[in-house]
Amino acid sequence: MEYFVDQLINGLTLGAIYGLIAIGYTMVYGIIGMINFAHGEIYMIGAFVAVISFTILGLLGITWVPLAVLVVLAMAMIFTSVYGWTIERVAYRPVRASFRLAALISAIGMSIFLQNYVQLVQGARVKPIQPVIEGGFVIMERADGFAVNVSYLKIIIICLTLFLMVAFWRLITTTELGRCQRACEQDKVMAGLLGVDVDRTISLTFVMGAALAGVAGVMTTMYYGVVDFYIGFLAGIKAFTAAVLGGIGSLPGAMLGGLLIGLIEAFWSAYFTIEYKDVAAFSILVLVLIFRPSGLFGRPEIEKV
Amino acid sequence: MSAQVSASRGSVSAPPIMAIALHDGFLGGAVALLFTLPLVGFRTVEALGGLSIETRLIEVAVSVVLVALGRFALSLNRQGLSLPVLAGALIGLPVSALLPFPTMALQLISVVGCVVIGIMAGLRLYAQRSHLTQTERTQRWDRFAAHIQDATFWLGPVAIGFAILLPLMPFADRRLLDIGILILTYIMLGWGLNIIVGLAGLLDLGYVAFYAVGAYSYALLAFYFDMSFWLCLPLAGLLSAVAGLLLGFPVLRLRGDYFAIVTLGFGEIIRVILLNWYQFTGGPDGISGIPRPSFFGLAEFTRRPRGDEVAFHHMFDLDFSTLHRMIFLYYLILVLALVVNFFTIRIRRMPLGRAWEALREDDIACASLGINRVSIKLAAFSISAMWGGFAGAFFATRQGFISPESFTFLESAIILSIVVLGGMGSQVGVVVAALVLIGLPEWFRELEQYRMLAFGAGMVLIMLWRPRGLLAHRDPTIFLHKRKSAHQQLVEAQARQ
Repeated sequence: MEYFVDQLINGLTLGAIYGLIAIGYTMVYGIIGMINFAHGEIYMIGAFVAVISFTILGLLGITWVPLAVLVVLAMAMIFTSVYGWTIERVAYRPVRASFRLAALISAIGMSIFLQNYVQLVQGARVKPIQPVIEGGFVIMERADGFAVNVSYLKIIIICLTLFLMVAFWRLITTTELGRCQRACEQDKVMAGLLGVDVDRTISLTFVMGAALAGVAGVMTTMYYGVVDFYIGFLAGIKAFTAAVLGGIGSLPGAMLGGLLIGLIEAFWSAYFTIEYKDVAAFSILVLVLIFRPSGLFGRPEIEKV
Repeated sequence: MSAQVSASRGSVSAPPIMAIALHDGFLGGAVALLFTLPLVGFRTVEALGGLSIETRLIEVAVSVVLVALGRFALSLNRQGLSLPVLAGALIGLPVSALLPFPTMALQLISVVGCVVIGIMAGLRLYAQRSHLTQTERTQRWDRFAAHIQDATFWLGPVAIGFAILLPLMPFADRRLLDIGILILTYIMLGWGLNIIVGLAGLLDLGYVAFYAVGAYSYALLAFYFDMSFWLCLPLAGLLSAVAGLLLGFPVLRLRGDYFAIVTLGFGEIIRVILLNWYQFTGGPDGISGIPRPSFFGLAEFTRRPRGDEVAFHHMFDLDFSTLHRMIFLYYLILVLALVVNFFTIRIRRMPLGRAWEALREDDIACASLGINRVSIKLAAFSISAMWGGFAGAFFATRQGFISPESFTFLESAIILSIVVLGGMGSQVGVVVAALVLIGLPEWFRELEQYRMLAFGAGMVLIMLWRPRGLLAHRDPTIFLHKRKSAHQQLVEAQARQ
């Protein structure tokens, strides 16, 4: 039981991170119908910005934790937003009118480019940082001394994710930008005719998705303490799986999918084999796509001739 | 018409042009600053007690200036001021070649940027004189592709003849043969993948899985059952084809992006299994000591044959040379690649090949015409997989050592970019793309670290410029009247529009 609770908390933390990345996938797919393959790389860049910012802050002597974390979060969100905006502007907008797979191939190229760019300028070695937020409290203890320890970091990750989710949900459902976005999702031409700036809305969608991925990158850096240039690929695939599992295009679906993937990964690692945890994620992706392509909350795609 | 308009706009309203260009340049520089500042400007280095920072702000400043200048020049060029841009690029070229840059990469970017901007300005000038619009320029390129397509009629045999004679040339040393074998392996893989991507129009991101199945089939059969290469080669192809069928079944219902992602997932699953099934596959250590191929089972390429084996150089009364095996491997992969090519050319004329191309163009129409989509997709998947398996078995015997490291997603992406760059469905395109993408970096080893960077950027640029690939040309495979050359057809089709 104690072990189960421990893994439950781990899974929720992991799932929160995946969920944040998954939102970027699901929004982009919802609005322009493409898989933003480079989204995982944006998350990786967010993690790198976090490592760099933490190190600089450490060298500058800013050690008050709340300030440091806030500064790093802001940095990561600003820089990943720029990346998201630029990628859309350079690699996706010109091919939007082209045939369907062109955008996907362009995205794969962008992903390879960004990965190697980071490897080139930051080096291929794993970057470790000192733990930023330490400590926690014990909620359960077993007779043999196994204690379920809830660290403050995990609580912060889960709370921050919840906060962002709610804020984001409000943004989509109540603001003008959210309305524009939902309009573009339904019919871009009609939305354009009614005075919605479609290009700007799509750009902002990428910016928001990238900023959330940047936050996820900061969380990963704090949670694992190590970052390398390759983390974006696997995290990207898993987050995409989460988005598909929840029903692509659906925001609550992405969050729920992220949590499910995080929990499955945590329990799979705990009770089966840790080596095959990535196979578990890939298998879920394959199974969901084959048996329920519209996911948990998605609308089935109707094909019109 | 368009040329006159833009020229007159250029002479009358000069200040707005400058203002727009300056704005574009400034914006480009600002984006470049934000793009490079954290990652290039502050390099994290391992130091005592954690990480330390190494600042490289000069590099950031130089790249910001370069991007701003480049964006400024492109903006001017787009607005019709091509001549000064061309002059600027011509001045910039020697300057950037001679100026002491902080790193070689920036110098390279600067030189290449000057060349590209110069070419673009030159093309613009040229196009203005001959009154070409953007569509006409695309059509011109299409016609060029069609010319190449027609030229393969005589270019193909010449290229094959050259490939056959290459090892016999006096300058054919070990390095050249090695590169030749590598390029031919990728040509074969490209042709194999072309069946599923180029003909059937299904984007397979996990082709490397079949390559891995072929390589591991041979390595494991040789390791556990001591079977020879010539027995294993067909078995490797067969096993890969079966793998293709097994993986093909579940993904049949999927189309487009989803299909691509699921194949990517399968590729990764196979790699992770190979990595973790330590008892069977050797895990990350891989399998070493894979036997080299014999001369069709008749002779071995060794100096002193063991037991009753015959040595190749004794058989033909030659002096022993380690090059013999290389030359044999070279011819082996050449023949294998040509078999794939011949197969593809022939099958395009057959009902199955035509059904594939119909599927690529419109799969709903295809189903409405009574084509069984399930069976032809499966056929494309497994045939393509089979060729990948052959290439894998060859790879294993050439390397003598395989490990899951060789079968990452990146490898799939490389093979895919060969097909995409060359033009999906174009057999010549694959050859050209493999020469460019594999041959060039192999020759310029110093630029190794920039190779994948250029790969990624190249994939994006090709999609922006010619989404169907450099030499893409859709050649009808059935004719109502007599067959015309590709160029003729294109001219007629363009005239009709």
